[in-house]
Amino acid sequence: MPVTRSIAFKLILVFSVCSTLIFAVTLGYNYYRSRLLLEKGLQESARDVVRSSVNRVETVLASVAKVNEGTALALETGSYREEEIFALLRSTVERNSEVYGACAAFEPNGNPPARPPFAPYFYKNRGRIVYVPEDSYDYLRQDWYQIARELGRQEWTEPYFDVGGGNILMTSCSTPFYSGVDKNRRLRGVVTVDVSLQWLTQLVGSIKVLKTGYAFLLSRNGAILTHPNAAMIMNESIFSLAETNHNPRLREIGRRMIRGEEGFIPYTDLQGVESWMYYAPVPSTGWTLAVVFPKAEFLAEVRSLSITMAAMGLAGILLLTVAVVFIARSITTPLRGLAAATEVIASGDFDAELPPVRTRDEVGMLAQAFFTMRDSLKEYIRQLTETTAAKERIQSELKVATDIQASLLPRTFPAFPNRPEVDIFAVMDPAKEVGGDFYDFFFVDDRHLCFLIADVSDKGVPAALYMMVAKTLLKTEALRGIPPDEILTRVNDLLAPDNENCMFVTVFCAVLDTVSGELTIANAGHNPPLLCTAERGVEFMALPPGFVLVPMADMKYEARSLALRPHDVILLYTDGVTEAKNREAAMFGEERLREAFAGRAGESTTTIVHAIREEVRRFANETPQSDDITVLALRFTGACPLPKKNDA
Amino acid sequence: MGTLWRRHVCAVLLAALVLPGAAGAAALKKASFVPLWSPQAQFAGYYVALDKGFYRRHGIDLTILAGGPDVCATDYLRSGRADFALLWLTTALQQRAKGVPLVNVAQIVQRSSMLLVTKKSSGIKAPAEMNGKKVGLWGGDFAIPPRAFFEKYHLKVKEVPQSYTVNLFLRGGVDVASAMWYNEYHTILDSGVDPDELRVFFLQDYGINYPEDGLYTLEATCRRDPQLVSGFVQASLEGWAYAFAHPDEAIDLVMRQMREAGVPANRAQQQWMLARMRDLILPCGGNGPIGRLQPADYATVTRELQRDRIVRSAPGYREFVWRSDASH
Repeated sequence: MPVTRSIAFKLILVFSVCSTLIFAVTLGYNYYRSRLLLEKGLQESARDVVRSSVNRVETVLASVAKVNEGTALALETGSYREEEIFALLRSTVERNSEVYGACAAFEPNGNPPARPPFAPYFYKNRGRIVYVPEDSYDYLRQDWYQIARELGRQEWTEPYFDVGGGNILMTSCSTPFYSGVDKNRRLRGVVTVDVSLQWLTQLVGSIKVLKTGYAFLLSRNGAILTHPNAAMIMNESIFSLAETNHNPRLREIGRRMIRGEEGFIPYTDLQGVESWMYYAPVPSTGWTLAVVFPKAEFLAEVRSLSITMAAMGLAGILLLTVAVVFIARSITTPLRGLAAATEVIASGDFDAELPPVRTRDEVGMLAQAFFTMRDSLKEYIRQLTETTAAKERIQSELKVATDIQASLLPRTFPAFPNRPEVDIFAVMDPAKEVGGDFYDFFFVDDRHLCFLIADVSDKGVPAALYMMVAKTLLKTEALRGIPPDEILTRVNDLLAPDNENCMFVTVFCAVLDTVSGELTIANAGHNPPLLCTAERGVEFMALPPGFVLVPMADMKYEARSLALRPHDVILLYTDGVTEAKNREAAMFGEERLREAFAGRAGESTTTIVHAIREEVRRFANETPQSDDITVLALRFTGACPLPKKNDA
Repeated sequence: MGTLWRRHVCAVLLAALVLPGAAGAAALKKASFVPLWSPQAQFAGYYVALDKGFYRRHGIDLTILAGGPDVCATDYLRSGRADFALLWLTTALQQRAKGVPLVNVAQIVQRSSMLLVTKKSSGIKAPAEMNGKKVGLWGGDFAIPPRAFFEKYHLKVKEVPQSYTVNLFLRGGVDVASAMWYNEYHTILDSGVDPDELRVFFLQDYGINYPEDGLYTLEATCRRDPQLVSGFVQASLEGWAYAFAHPDEAIDLVMRQMREAGVPANRAQQQWMLARMRDLILPCGGNGPIGRLQPADYATVTRELQRDRIVRSAPGYREFVWRSDASH
């Protein structure tokens, strides 16, 4: 069985391909949308995490900045003695848990009063407040002093490791303070508070996004302040990492970060893990807090969902395929059975077993129709066989009938070899196997020749039968030696009473005195014959009136006589000649007949008859013959001495 | 530069192969060396020479002392805490003028690597435009080259003491900052400023070309143990040659030193620094020997320092440079 062409295969192919396609598109779209939704949700949650963390950092830093500002303001507005400054700093450190140390650094030549370097510093050490006098000029070169001094505003320093105090990560908030106003405004010094960033490290370290997401904090210069990888802290900056890893994009990200931008971007981390990153600035210090979370992890859920859906879909498609196989089988199995049975039936075996029909669907209907068709065919063939047999029998019978009919008409020519005074020739071509036309000629006695032509209405077997009767009667009556009108009258009277089929016959009957040339004619509704005489040429004969034979009894017919001269020719014909039709349904017509006859009047009767027959056939041009065609030609060649008795 | 340099390195290595035979039998001599600053690639050659055993091969058991902001190399030499020190030529000449009998035993950095840097946003396009601007200057000898530059262009700038960070410059506290090409310049880039946002003035491009890092010892040391001096110089130069030939290995070593010293370290910065040191140490155009103070450079520096009254007098080249007649 050619599997590739079977309906089942096509169904399975189309169903599985289509459903797989639909399913794949649906799944893909679902994955895409879920991913977008997840990403959006993730971005929001990342933003929330970052912003809330930034807020927490900012709150602490802002409060420290406020403290610092307060101290600066106190020093600027009040006139403090040394002990009071000490007390102020000490209480600043004491009261604020976030503050690690506080220092008031004075300009050495601050005005007024002029003083040597002076920078008292208090810081927390194991729960105690320790005082460190700073009296060298070193602080003048420190970032915490210089930046506030040069910029003239509060600034946070870049975080640094405090080497003295336990090597902890620190940052300082410095505020310059002044004396005087306007033109006399002079910098007196810088107040600074130190903040340990340990709490910050812990805070950032505690930020968790998903399972492996992490947070890191960058300084204003891009230096890494906190990171899960401790080795990077304060060693690397985002820019050095970009340089080491030849990653200009990372540098660009870093530049956006230190510009204080906020963003959510795809990010490939240093291990090459595809991730997302959300970053936002810590406003007061210009730091950047960023969270990073691997894409794979947050997509894991969508992925597992998609895989589950794919598995379910696959199972569904398999199930569908199995179902399609079943349905296809239920359709194709009976179809195949039908096909096989049809082949057997086609080979002529109408008794072939048809597959049983169980379903009531289209296939069932088809099978039912097959049953009916087979039975009908069987019956039809049987009838056809019978009909054919019957027809063949009829055909053969008709053939015999044709032969019989043909044998009834005089067919031996020359008809009267011993009677040179007449030359006669005739043919009858029946339209069907047997015809209703007939002709006859015979000598009534030695001297008188009777010849006639007749046409029975209708054609075929009934006409032939009727013609037999008519012909027999006409000959019987004619042999009595009575004139033609009487022949017709008597035959009519004989036929009329039993004419149940309402048939009729046209007859032209003539008796020729072969000695005198006198021709007596009578007509029963037949076409007028053509007469060719030396004096008048070819013309239609004028006939005595006479109705067709048979419809009514007691019909009277008249006779008429005319004298034939030697070599006059008379042509009898039936309407099968003049009414022969060609393809255009035009009739052969009397004029065409007359001309055909006139052209050959000098020839022998045989030639005349054949020529006319040929003319009619040419005119008809293959158009089937619709009526019997009969032509009879007679030439009177002249009187001759009466034959002696012994000649007869 | 390539072929000549390579030939020279070959000569140095050849000498290194010969020398241990002479020194090997004797016990290793203890010696110490103080670099200019805490560990970084600026001193890669010395760390490499120590790590690869070049000093030992020359019979020296060398200790490299911790440098840093609190360490004054001259004091270390004078007090005998260090036998050798890395000093700028200008520093050495000043100290010599003050009576410290310093001898240049090798000139490592042949050119000035100092530059003044400004953000393009400051609008300063030429030295003249620095007039009246705030310029960050390091203290001590590091101020000498920029001041010579200002002198040369008759600039009056507002000098602001510059710390060891570039934060003041980054925040806009100064318009111009001092920077070493191999260090601070890269730190600025590493803080997120792109090179095209900066304009730099290399002092050497403006005729202020003072050779920087040189190896120094006291005259007494040279007299007492010339073999020690020679071994130290040879081993140090070999160290540099090796570091340039194996930069990754050298950087690994420097990074290890930095971590041990607790100094913030990142590889990118040190790679940059070693590459710049290579530019500065190898002679211009590959001409001339490595590690030798060129008499012409010496003459220029002494003349300009005296002119600017930074030193009153300067010793002769032969007096100041050890084995000045020898060709390394």
